[in-house]
Formats: sequence, structure tokens, C-alpha cells
Amino acid sequence: MKCQRCLQELSEYLDRNLDGGLRQEIEAHLEKCHHCEVVFDTTRRTIEFYCEGEIFELPPRVSARLHEALRRKCGTNA
Amino acid sequence: MPETLPKVAERDESALVAEAKAGSYEAFDALVNRYEQKIYRLGLNITGNAEDAEDVLQEAFLKAFQKLPTFREDSRFYTWLVRIAVNEGLMKLRKRRSDKSVPMDDTVNDEGEVMPREFADWKPNPEQQLTQAELREILQKAIASLPPILRVVFSLRDVEHLSTEETAEALDLTVPAVKARLFRARLRLREELSKVFKKGTPS
Repeated sequence: MKCQRCLQELSEYLDRNLDGGLRQEIEAHLEKCHHCEVVFDTTRRTIEFYCEGEIFELPPRVSARLHEALRRKCGTNA
Repeated sequence: MPETLPKVAERDESALVAEAKAGSYEAFDALVNRYEQKIYRLGLNITGNAEDAEDVLQEAFLKAFQKLPTFREDSRFYTWLVRIAVNEGLMKLRKRRSDKSVPMDDTVNDEGEVMPREFADWKPNPEQQLTQAELREILQKAIASLPPILRVVFSLRDVEHLSTEETAEALDLTVPAVKARLFRARLRLREELSKVFKKGTPS
């Protein structure tokens, strides 16, 4: 497998959408190609950084304002 | 023994939607509680700005409440809400930018090659040398450097964990178009983060 072909499948590989044959071909390529291995590994880590949802927490003040605004515009007097 | 009704917060979503449609503000408020965190984060990722994210959050829920009678329940409530929030977010961006060019479709040339340029390995745990605020700033700056459509697709797929199909539905894109944009977004973010996280950069 060539690097370009391997990199084309990066996203689908990380999403576990590939069948066993192609997956194994990619893994065999990654074993011997450091460049592709780095790209796969650092892309996976990139995604993991953003998965950590608590990084972008909703401030309680913003939440309180939202509920207040909605109650005023949509709610009853509850 | 008589069964007690579950608390609003635990109630099944379709029941909450039905009650909200029938005019129950309490049910709608429970839906807000369920999704406000996600919609705020989405607004932040699209607009790159806390003030705009707060507006997106308010406008999205306000519109959702107003449009609720027209929600046909052929998708999840959340996917429907995301579609409203994405539109609000993109509108904010258009207002902020004097060039008014925030196209959703034609900025990305899918035929063009996307190839990584940076092959340096990263430090083992670069985040350990950073405060939470510093890390947040790095991640926000990186996502803000992407064209809006890539930002939105990445946010829906990799941050909010919508499926490819749900993302396609929310953005009126085809499944292959979502996949192509996600691929580009991931690679470009990786390049951005590599500038900060690769071995040999000062920590």
C-alpha cells in the first residue's frame, strides 16, 4: 500500500468504518511507515482533545440568563 | 403499590416533546436543560466567540419554542434543534464579517488533494504542561482557523457525536460530502495543533 492510499482512508479508519481486509492492509503499512503512523496517531489525538467536552463548559451565569429569557418570552409566570 | 411518575428531567424525550408541543413550558425547560450545554458549545465552535455563542444559544431555543408546532418528529428533537442552532451561528458569522461571505457549500473543493504537511511526532502529553484555560485557547484558535463549513461538520461529528447521516440531514449535505469535509477538517486541525504540540516546540 502506498502512503497516499493509506492517508485517504485515515478518517474512515479512525471511525472504524473499514472492513477487515483494508483495515489490516492499513495497519501493516502503519507498522513500517513512520510518517503515516504519526499522521494517524496525531489525528486521533486531535479528535480526542475536542471530545473532552468539559473544555467548553456552559458558564452557570449564561445558563441562568437563558432560562430567564425563555421564561420571560415563552413561559407562564411559573 | 402505586407507581410514581418519573421526574420531568428523567422523562422520555418524545413524551417531553409532545408535552412541550401541547404548550407545557415545564417540558420545554426540561429539553433546554438536556441540550443547553451542547448547543452552547456548538455556538462557541461555530462563532469562536463567547458573546456570540450566548446569543446563538438564546436565539436557537427561542426559535425552537416558536417553531415547535411545526416539528414533525421525523428526526430526533436534538438534530432538529442543531439545524436551528447552526443557522443561527452562521447568521452571526455573516453579521460579524464585512465581506458577508460565509458560504456553506462552495468554499471547499472536494477534488483538490488534502495532504498532510507536518510529519513531526507530538510530545507525549502536551496538555499536562498547560492550564485548562491555555488548552482551551489553543483548541479554539485552531478550530476558528477553519472555514465555517469545516468547523460546523467537525463540531457536529467529533464534538457533539452526531452520526454522519444526522450531520448530513442537519446541514442539507450528502453523506459523502460530510465525510469529505470531516476528513479535511480533521487534517487541518491536526496541522494547526502540530504547530503547538510537536516535539521541540517550547512548552
